[in-house]
Amino acid sequence: MSKINFLKPDKSNLNTFLYLGSFLFFIGVLDVLLNSFFSLNITGFLPGFLSFLLPLVLGFIGLYFIRIELSGIKQLDLLNKHINTNNFNAILSLLIIFIILKSIPPILSWFFVNASFAGDSKDVCTGSGACWTYIKVWMRRFMYGMYPNGEQWRINLSFIALALLGSVGYFATDKFKKYLTLYYVVIYPFIAFLFIFFFISGGPVFFDFSYGIIAAILSIIIGFFIPSKFKFYYFLIVPFALYILLKYFIFFEEYIELGKLDGLNWVETGAWGGLSLTFIISFFCLIFCFPIGMAFALGRRSGFPLIRYISIGFIEFWRGVPLITVLFMSAVMFPMFLPADFFIDKLVRCIIAISLFEAAYVAEVIRGGLQALPRGQYEAAKSLGMGYWRMHIFVILPQALKLVIPGIANTFLALVKDTPLIFVVGLLEIVGMLNLAKTNPEWLGFAMEGYVFAAIIFWIICYAMSKYSYNLEQKYKTDR
Amino acid sequence: MNFKLKDIGPQLMTVIAVVLVFGFFTYNAQVNMESRGIDFGYGFLSQESSFDVQFSLIEYDGSHSYFRAYLVGLLNTILVSVIGIILATILGVIVGIARLSPNYLINKFAAFYVEFFRNIPLLLQIFFWYFAALRALPLPQDAEAIFGISFLTIKGLYVPAFIWQNFNVFFYSVVAAIIAIIVIRIHAKKLQETQGKQTPVLLISIGLILILPLLSFLIGGVSLSFEVPVLKQLATTSFIYEGGVSLPPELIALALSLSLYTATFIAECVRAGIQGVGKGQKEAAASIGLTPNQVLKLVVMPQALRIIIPPTTNQYLNLTKNSSLAAAIAYPDLVLVFAGTALMQTGKAIEIVSITMFTYLSLSISISLLMNWYNKKIAITEK
Repeated sequence: MSKINFLKPDKSNLNTFLYLGSFLFFIGVLDVLLNSFFSLNITGFLPGFLSFLLPLVLGFIGLYFIRIELSGIKQLDLLNKHINTNNFNAILSLLIIFIILKSIPPILSWFFVNASFAGDSKDVCTGSGACWTYIKVWMRRFMYGMYPNGEQWRINLSFIALALLGSVGYFATDKFKKYLTLYYVVIYPFIAFLFIFFFISGGPVFFDFSYGIIAAILSIIIGFFIPSKFKFYYFLIVPFALYILLKYFIFFEEYIELGKLDGLNWVETGAWGGLSLTFIISFFCLIFCFPIGMAFALGRRSGFPLIRYISIGFIEFWRGVPLITVLFMSAVMFPMFLPADFFIDKLVRCIIAISLFEAAYVAEVIRGGLQALPRGQYEAAKSLGMGYWRMHIFVILPQALKLVIPGIANTFLALVKDTPLIFVVGLLEIVGMLNLAKTNPEWLGFAMEGYVFAAIIFWIICYAMSKYSYNLEQKYKTDR
Repeated sequence: MNFKLKDIGPQLMTVIAVVLVFGFFTYNAQVNMESRGIDFGYGFLSQESSFDVQFSLIEYDGSHSYFRAYLVGLLNTILVSVIGIILATILGVIVGIARLSPNYLINKFAAFYVEFFRNIPLLLQIFFWYFAALRALPLPQDAEAIFGISFLTIKGLYVPAFIWQNFNVFFYSVVAAIIAIIVIRIHAKKLQETQGKQTPVLLISIGLILILPLLSFLIGGVSLSFEVPVLKQLATTSFIYEGGVSLPPELIALALSLSLYTATFIAECVRAGIQGVGKGQKEAAASIGLTPNQVLKLVVMPQALRIIIPPTTNQYLNLTKNSSLAAAIAYPDLVLVFAGTALMQTGKAIEIVSITMFTYLSLSISISLLMNWYNKKIAITEK
């Protein structure tokens, strides 16, 4: 055994340094561990300052001793490579380990150990932890806003139905794959609108289910005799035509009484709220802002100067102002711009405002994709004799959109995160409901629980979206 | 120029559509305002505002004009934006570099921070800090002093105020130091380029910026004293700190959440910028004998900055626009003071909302013009 130089650990005394280093490191971690989990201070006999710093010093010396290059022990080499490359990194690693150890117990105790889950009144919340009872009691409000309790099944049913209809793309066979774009761009939003307008709102009804079912059955029966070549267009047009024919030209029906869909009560949009409103607004803004944004992106790249300047003006205007002022505008200024007897619902105004706002961002993202395409693509398409629209629909846009998937996903994420701003016009989605619940005299002092709850929900939604967009990006990544 | 009907048609249609929409809106606005007896005009700006603002940088009370109220709001917006930008840049650069660290723990810690804070709506974060976190602070009478001079209480942060004597002498000395440093830098660069001599610019700069202001203290008759906030009892249970500078909790919550949120985006910009510099560049620089520090300073950073700065400016703009969320926690910024209170009092919806939007718009457009100019200046001229 050669002489040990403690200032310079090397391989010849590997075992000595390894045992000594791990021991010191272990003591340092143990001190913090005991301190945070059992509030035991094993170094309490030392003066306060020293006792505070001791774990760090011990851990640092320990890590210094085990920093031996090419020791031949796989785990040790990995450890050195990842957390212990030099003195500075060693201290940072130690600090992070200590911070994690220190913060676990209070977080655990707040979330679970001392938290109260049972009961349905404030009295059970006596512990020092979180009061999840509060969330439990207010759950319906956070999810559905002021929507009447007895009617909430309508929202659930609509969302489930829309989710099922939305997942059609995964189950479509190759035969129907080519119609998917049409389905998602035109038909699905239309169905969603019908659901929300008639079912959730219970708004004025001009769709009569009995005639609808008759029309559907009739058109399916006749559909068997239609050559398959025309079947798609047949089903696009004939059922609606049949319905109108039946209702207005054969039976001469009037509108059904306003606000009744076979006994559904009308729920005004002011009562909508909570997480479901977040979804509704995000969904519609997402649907509207995409085509508008695409149009303005193309407009900005257009060869016509006037169209280009109008597009630039539109995009720069919306990108230059904060969303909150846009919502202010939709609330106080926009009604002035409409005829006196013309009323647009608050929620609709909100959706229009957010859609226009986000459309400008979508337009810039898509423009980035259009610019990134090599000129050759345009020239090749033109040389095949394609016109402007054919070129863009079949050659340019499919490639450009593929390029900008991450950017568009980020814009949509921003949209979801911006929805809480609708509190400006008096609509209360989940964050707004939290602020309302927080001021309820029976439930004062639980702001923290509410915000943590909403943060978790938003985090899950946004994180899932960003991961999904990453997968999408990988899936459509093609070598160019 | 060859005009074709084919070219004119679509443009004409677009213009007609735009004119029709705008005409429709203006016509309705006129009719509506006439029927409600509101007249359009910006004359109200010089009228007495008769409302108070909690926190303002310039002297203001109800007897001042609406224009003054607008200025108060604007200055408050700028104040919180500047604080937010400084904090966000510091934090963002640190986290961005940390994400590239070979140290597994630091790397993951930074990644966790970024993923955590950017996936939660900013408004929610502001509410969290303001209504939940800062409300847990002690009352003024229970507050413990930070370094004996500052107090963080539920009513805000109280820090000592600087009381200067002959402040302008001090100010001029700092300006003189900065000018001297710039001159020396230019000179040193010339020396390096022509004769290859290196001057310790950094040391000289630090020396200058320390010595000149110090001289102003010794000779120029400048003196500085602190006014430490002192606890004062108003009633049996009501205490307040007097003296010093007080930062309201709204400002703290807003600046904190804005910088924590924006720092995540800046961190990503920094990371992308440093990663965007090719490995070959670093290797080439090392192979001609530059030290690691020189590689970073002369090769990596100039190229990385070219990638980092444009998106980062965009984030600064976003931060400034996001500062309008202040209205949610009653921090008196432009939106709250002007588009909120002033609008309620005057009812001049169109004028006030348009002024507010125009302010933000001119701010954004001027910054983006500056950015375009900068981009053109630093762009690599390719053959």
